[in-house]
Amino acid sequence: MSDDINVKELLTEMADAIQAHTNTHTYETPLMIGIKRGGAWIAKQLHKQLEYKDPLGELNIAFYRDDFSTLGMHPEVSPSQLPIDVNDRHIVLVDDVLYTGRTIRAAMNEIFDYGRPASITLAVLVERSGKELPIQADIIGKTITLDTGEHVKLSGPEPLALEIKITG
Amino acid sequence: MTGNTIQLDKNGNLRHFLTTEGLSQSLLQNILDHAESFACVGERAVKKVPLLRGKTIANLFFEPSTRTRTTFELAAKRLSADILNLNISTSATSKGETLSDTLHTLEAMHCDMFVVRHANSGAAHYIATQVAPHISVINAGDGRHAHPTQAMLDMFTIRRHKQDFTKLRVAIVGDILHSRVARSEIHALNTLGVLETRIIAPHTLIPEGVENLGVHVYHNMDEGLEGVDVVMMLRLQRERMRGALLPSEQEYFQRYGLTSKRLEKAKPDAIVMHPGPINRGVEIDSSVADGKRSVILQQVSYGIAVRMAVMAMTMGRSSEDMSESK
Repeated sequence: MSDDINVKELLTEMADAIQAHTNTHTYETPLMIGIKRGGAWIAKQLHKQLEYKDPLGELNIAFYRDDFSTLGMHPEVSPSQLPIDVNDRHIVLVDDVLYTGRTIRAAMNEIFDYGRPASITLAVLVERSGKELPIQADIIGKTITLDTGEHVKLSGPEPLALEIKITG
Repeated sequence: MTGNTIQLDKNGNLRHFLTTEGLSQSLLQNILDHAESFACVGERAVKKVPLLRGKTIANLFFEPSTRTRTTFELAAKRLSADILNLNISTSATSKGETLSDTLHTLEAMHCDMFVVRHANSGAAHYIATQVAPHISVINAGDGRHAHPTQAMLDMFTIRRHKQDFTKLRVAIVGDILHSRVARSEIHALNTLGVLETRIIAPHTLIPEGVENLGVHVYHNMDEGLEGVDVVMMLRLQRERMRGALLPSEQEYFQRYGLTSKRLEKAKPDAIVMHPGPINRGVEIDSSVADGKRSVILQQVSYGIAVRMAVMAMTMGRSSEDMSESK
């Protein structure tokens, strides 16, 4: 069902789009941050293709999720790693799927607890239907319209593949 | 008082944290893993995460404490919870209020968690049996019984320095008899699978039947320290001693005090720990307490991360699990 989505191609297109975007806005030496886990896999590839010199940051947004009181502690426990000071930096925030927007809200809250970035650009591999917050991506690999009960999931890190699943 | 039945909910999640005894290795490792994430929070510009925003935690200290109480307080604040510090020994109970009345009063104030320190063994356990289903209880030390968060912060400190528990020889030195810390450490070390746990103390400061916990007992400090990776010193609890358990502090230091010379018996990369407060010149020499191999101050910092982990795990259960009756 998802044979037509070539993740590798999408990544190359995204890298070009990020380059164009940061050039247009004259964002010098952007800092890339991926959201664990899928976003960090994507970010790793983009970071390599764009030859960014600063190390890649990785966010685990478990402590910032808005469903903690209903779902409880997330089993994913590896800590966030932001090796570089985010203050006054232009950040390229990367995630695999933009769905409700809640993950991005949590990630931005976490970034602001590390400092005050100059800007944040959002890049996602897939934007799917079902937005619940006013959060838009600046760079989108592919837009997919899905019915309720359909989910798109990235598997990886090697190889990276997108799969559309129907649940419930 | 081992009961996992009370510490865990029906899905095996941590509901109360009362003792390290009887908890599985994977659960203890899980606490350490979460603590690792929380330790990173303490190194950031904003040392706070919004996880427990809107929750109220009551520090119920029936016995005085500075370091434990303040690290619980900081842990709660870094999780964005609101915290009440209640020094019960000087408040309601002295006016004649019973423990259960105090608890129900605090429940009526919509507290979500009680952190309990009490001179009687089993106090936290008793409180855990009395509270409403959504309330979690953390034992911050009960009599001679248990001090599980201290034990876990010690395990965290060991893991940070030594990684693999299964290769380690650990010596616990000093007043084992009165030490809830030692008991909780022994259970945790056993569960995490250390190679050997030794206890080193005079006959009068070793509880009866301690060998049944799988430890090796030494009365000679030099023999006991031979080849160990970790030396965990205990405070001589003078305030709990009744009668003549010790000849004198000077003599105790001569036989069981940790000096640089004695430490040479341990492995060259051995670390030295102490739960604090330190009695310098009684159980440990200043040159060791302040020396290169001392990780005593790191233990304090890690204590915050470990307490954050335990608070988040006990309160961070799904709403379905939290509403279940006991």
